[in-house]
Amino acid sequence: MIAELGQFAIIMALLAAIAQSILPLIGAERLDSRLMAFGSQASLIQLLFVFLAFGCLTQAYIVSDFTLVNVAENSHSTKPLLYKISGVWGNHEGSMLLWILILAVFGAAVAAFGRNLPVTLKARVLAVQAMIGVGFLTFLIFTSNPFARLLLPPENGRDLNPLLQDPGLAFHPPMLYVGYVGFSVAFSFAIAALIEGKVDAAWARWVRPWTLTAWTFLTGGIALGSWWAYYELGWGGWWFWDPVENVSFMPWLMGTALLHSAIVVEKRNSLKVWTILLAILTFSLSLIGTFIVRSGLLTSVHSFAVNPERGIFILFLLAIAIGGSLTLFAFRAPSLKAGGIFSPISREGGLLLNNLLLSTACATVFLGTLYPLFMEALGGGRVSIGPPFYNNTFVPVMVPLLLLVCVGPLLPWKRADLIGVLGRLKYAGLATILAILLAWYVTEGGPLLAILGLGIAAWMLLGTLSEWADKIKLFRAPLSTSWQRMIKLPGSTWGMTLAHSGLAIAVAGMISTSAWKVEDVAVLKPGETISVAGTDYRFDGVRELVGPNYQAVEGTFTVSQNGEFMAVLKPEKRLYNVQKMPTTEAAIYSTFVGDYYAVIGDQVEDGGWTVRIYREPMVTWIWFGCTLMVLAGLLSLADRRLRVGAPAGKRKQEKREQKSQRNAAA
Amino acid sequence: MNKKILFTLPLLITLVLFGYFFWALTKPGRDPKILPSVLIDKPAPEFNLTALENLGVPGFSRTDLTTNGKISVVNIFASWCVPCLAEHPDMVKLGKRDDINLYGINYRDKPDDALNWLNRNGNPYHRVGRDPKSRTGIEWGVYGVPETFIVDATGTIRYKHVGPLNPGDLENKILPIIDNLQAQK
Repeated sequence: MIAELGQFAIIMALLAAIAQSILPLIGAERLDSRLMAFGSQASLIQLLFVFLAFGCLTQAYIVSDFTLVNVAENSHSTKPLLYKISGVWGNHEGSMLLWILILAVFGAAVAAFGRNLPVTLKARVLAVQAMIGVGFLTFLIFTSNPFARLLLPPENGRDLNPLLQDPGLAFHPPMLYVGYVGFSVAFSFAIAALIEGKVDAAWARWVRPWTLTAWTFLTGGIALGSWWAYYELGWGGWWFWDPVENVSFMPWLMGTALLHSAIVVEKRNSLKVWTILLAILTFSLSLIGTFIVRSGLLTSVHSFAVNPERGIFILFLLAIAIGGSLTLFAFRAPSLKAGGIFSPISREGGLLLNNLLLSTACATVFLGTLYPLFMEALGGGRVSIGPPFYNNTFVPVMVPLLLLVCVGPLLPWKRADLIGVLGRLKYAGLATILAILLAWYVTEGGPLLAILGLGIAAWMLLGTLSEWADKIKLFRAPLSTSWQRMIKLPGSTWGMTLAHSGLAIAVAGMISTSAWKVEDVAVLKPGETISVAGTDYRFDGVRELVGPNYQAVEGTFTVSQNGEFMAVLKPEKRLYNVQKMPTTEAAIYSTFVGDYYAVIGDQVEDGGWTVRIYREPMVTWIWFGCTLMVLAGLLSLADRRLRVGAPAGKRKQEKREQKSQRNAAA
Repeated sequence: MNKKILFTLPLLITLVLFGYFFWALTKPGRDPKILPSVLIDKPAPEFNLTALENLGVPGFSRTDLTTNGKISVVNIFASWCVPCLAEHPDMVKLGKRDDINLYGINYRDKPDDALNWLNRNGNPYHRVGRDPKSRTGIEWGVYGVPETFIVDATGTIRYKHVGPLNPGDLENKILPIIDNLQAQK
């Protein structure tokens, strides 16, 4: 009964979305305020029904209603409650419903928070948002119905893939989807602007918080996914350049570019056409990501079940969405008025360079991901693209970008003096040289490239901090003045400093763990010790465990350095009862300078156990840096200047704008 | 360039891209997860690979598959490939058996890297052939590393496993096939 209610709810949501995608558009054309206002109501109705459907499916999972195909195939009555709930989106149909729910939430949020948007713009944005909803609801209802019933329900379900039964992965998809789908708002704004034929600073100010929200969640989602891969797959790696990872990384790169170019539109009314194109491309890449994971187009470790019929459907959906928007772009973009001009060396120039480098980096990832497909289509046979490709293409593009991260914010708008700016970074430069020498000393002259890489990270961090110190006149004014200046810094400035620092820290972690990772595989009998990178791991033996829905073997290692006790590691090897699938649960002892990582494998004939030990230097810095970036996004979002609804902030902003216009005129 | 053409460029690129997607989805029988099964039950291709110097095992060529009347497991591996390390303990187990051959093809690797990798993790292979330009790999239809083939004593490919041997694959897939083939003999 409840499942039928859910089925009914998604059909109602589809009807609401269809009305929402047509009527406000007509209203905006005829300036009919009632039709335009309908967009807001419809988006709330749509949200209500999608939420109801999602609730119905969740209920079916919680009570283990195996009369539903979806539940029977992906759940089991002995599964812990957390994984019963996360199982809702651990499969194709349910995750599609989550996708649509988030889309509806964003649509309703635009309706609710966009009270002072120009009415025609708001109506058009909501209509475009609803069109995306129509596409995906149709897809859900006709090819991937989560509420399909089984004629002969089984006694119990087939359980969720054990690899996905993990707290990290329970929250990874929702965060990732908020990121992917959040870019739909920027997309809808871009399409609405193309229809209106008008892009201005106000438009950019409305787009930025939405892009920032999406970017923040996407950053968190990717970081969570890589953290999960690190501790759950038991290979000690955190990024594999797997197609599924790449498709989440590409919208991130483009979204980062969009975040920066929108600043130029907002402050200088320039780069408008480019920003529109970026908004379209960012969401298009999110869509392509969703498509690739579900169509079976490319092989990957973690894609959903393959169904060619679905693939064709979603491909046509994409062709309409992306092809349609780019056609509109081709016709309307040339007529958008160009904005203020600037010299190549200026804040605008710096942000443009940032955009070009990020887009090029994104293009290399795109090429690497799809190259095997292109080769195959041209009769070149099947090929695989591994990390060496990305090391040779992606990394060289990122190096200049990372070097310039701390230079850009120091450049003034319109025209800058590069020598003067670099002069302001001289202390950061000196400190960077010291940091390189220190790294050289600590690593005993380890790989030169890695040491230089650490230098880049140090330069980024120190340069960013020195720009911050510059802003609050640290050490150049009395401390009380600096303090006053510091607490008056707007949230978005804090956000910038924190995000760039986070990036620097993450990059340092990535370089260190790639360059100085040590790993060893051995067969150990209880009581034996293996020494890896100066640390001793004594294997104390194994014992058997019984979990709620699995059985496990747990090994115990005592970790010590020079006879001094450090930690006890208890890696597990689990066998899940239903799917008969073994998983490894790595045991990790994390410290500031690195992780001690142990995995237990199979028993060999003579009574020994295969064990794998990894020493991962500074690996946690990666996720610490990502956490800082997420915090930075939230801080920026809290900045009242971004909240268009805040009247005081807006008045101030208008004043500032008038002033800047006067200055520009003078 | 004419400005109008510039603005249609994103659209044109997208259309070409979607052409590829459409081709890939509609091509009959294309499933990236299943190997192109053309090689199954066909004789293994001709090849002759040089040995990895200083490793202490000889190189690997087509004739080695048929000379000693044993079933061969051919594993494609590389030092840069993380999943290869994950399945390495399984290779070690296979390498200890003397009723089968375990041969390695070192795929797109530098000799020094490969040698270090094998010295560190143990060399389970009875023969290792170097395939630095992936010429032989292409003949074998390799499109991802690692891959594992089972070849019978007449040199016919009987099974192909794409990707690493996940826990359980050795016991549930590889060993039963080897047992089966041995029983058939």
